[in-house]
Amino acid sequence: MNPFSYERAADAAAAIGLAKGNAAARYLGGGTNLVDLMRETVERPEMLVDVTGLPNGIEPRADGGLLIGAAATNTALAADAHVRTHYPLLSRAILAGASAQIRNMATVGGNILQRTRCRYFYDTAAACNKREPGAGCDARDGFNRYHAILGASPACVATHPSDMCVALAALDATVHLDGPAGARSITLADLHRLPGDRPDIETELKPGELIAAVELPPLPFARRSTYRKVRDRATYAFALVSVAAALDLAEDGTVRDVRLALGGVAHKPWRASAAEAALKGRPANPESFRAAAEAELAAAAGLRDNAFKIELAKRTIVAVLRDLTGDEA
Amino acid sequence: MNFTINGQSVEVEADIRSSLLDLLRNSLGFTGTKKGCDQGACGACTVLVDGERINSCLALAVQYQGRSITTVEGLGSDGALHPLQQAFVEHDGFQCGYCTPGQLCSAVGMAREIERNIPSVVTADMSADSIAIDGTELRERMSGNLCRCGAYNGIVEAIAETLDRMQEGTRA
Repeated sequence: MNPFSYERAADAAAAIGLAKGNAAARYLGGGTNLVDLMRETVERPEMLVDVTGLPNGIEPRADGGLLIGAAATNTALAADAHVRTHYPLLSRAILAGASAQIRNMATVGGNILQRTRCRYFYDTAAACNKREPGAGCDARDGFNRYHAILGASPACVATHPSDMCVALAALDATVHLDGPAGARSITLADLHRLPGDRPDIETELKPGELIAAVELPPLPFARRSTYRKVRDRATYAFALVSVAAALDLAEDGTVRDVRLALGGVAHKPWRASAAEAALKGRPANPESFRAAAEAELAAAAGLRDNAFKIELAKRTIVAVLRDLTGDEA
Repeated sequence: MNFTINGQSVEVEADIRSSLLDLLRNSLGFTGTKKGCDQGACGACTVLVDGERINSCLALAVQYQGRSITTVEGLGSDGALHPLQQAFVEHDGFQCGYCTPGQLCSAVGMAREIERNIPSVVTADMSADSIAIDGTELRERMSGNLCRCGAYNGIVEAIAETLDRMQEGTRA
């Protein structure tokens, strides 16, 4: 680990002032990912600005939504009474991730900005376009069981590892940013980028910007929502495939509205818009669910070790939707 | 850097890069806390910070200045084992013992999470006011602590018995 200076910021303005103009500065949340990456010398910051003292409140909004301070811990958000009742898919997604110890440390902002767990990104002896643009990608022909089946590029097949973000994508969350040029907002769906030819640029954050808060719009039918994570062991493992879903059924048994997002399949949390469009107005039955899943995965492409995830994703979508209709899948 | 460790104030000079784990073990001699994977995967380094369990290997010590840290050395008192430690002995909750300090601290932190009604991913009803802790809940909640000897059955029995006794004590 390279030496660094450490500053604890009292508020967002102080944090932004400390990091301003310093490309080697990093904002530090719970450290569960950044400290690990520093130890592997993947990250080599010269200054750490501790932002765990920034707002961490979780407060209902007048419109029925929720405002979440970026310094809230993953545990605090998952355990929040409002989240558990109104957005249960978000509690379940967070609790499906990591361990209790890590969830106690990790912040909401840090969870969103965590880096991929691609082992070739972590291994500084391997070729990785994300770590070193132009170096090549050892994952493409390597061990790629955990890699992307949607939205990948020749340059990068890594996945975004967050569970929480999959639920946030399904919920149309907005991310409030603050930075040297002032505050602005962006949807979570637009915050993360697909890899293209610049997998090293992972988000739309500008230099010096930080995440101040996350806002959830009201979504009454999210009371009927869940998150399912399929992985190589029963718990404490990253997703092969995960599905966040909320379902609104009309009285005639058709789908009035639906939210679907996938994890473990792409460089970003994957909002399943094609599947949603295919479901709306259709009967809520396994045939419709399968057709929607087929529509979403139509453009999927497998690598040597992960082609099974295409069928796995389809089946998981169907299983989750059946679960939400009360049909034991 | 200043900390409160097992109730005692300590001041120590340390490299800015020190993890809380390395600070505890190498600078302060609290070698009960163990280094397993050093990357947040095994839980051997689990300690309590203001009563909450964390992985000290992923914690930069500098970030925890002024906080109250409890290690396995702080669980018992005056030669008397903590009830959980006694239960681990009685139920063979270990073989080599390397993961045990982390298991103990983690279980103490878990008990507090249960008191605070924090759910887990296997909790059936997210909005319930209280959560029944059965074997499935207990195993999920302790899944951040690996035991390569495979003493899990004894670990689960020891923790389940201690939780039952604590709840009886609360009701009494």
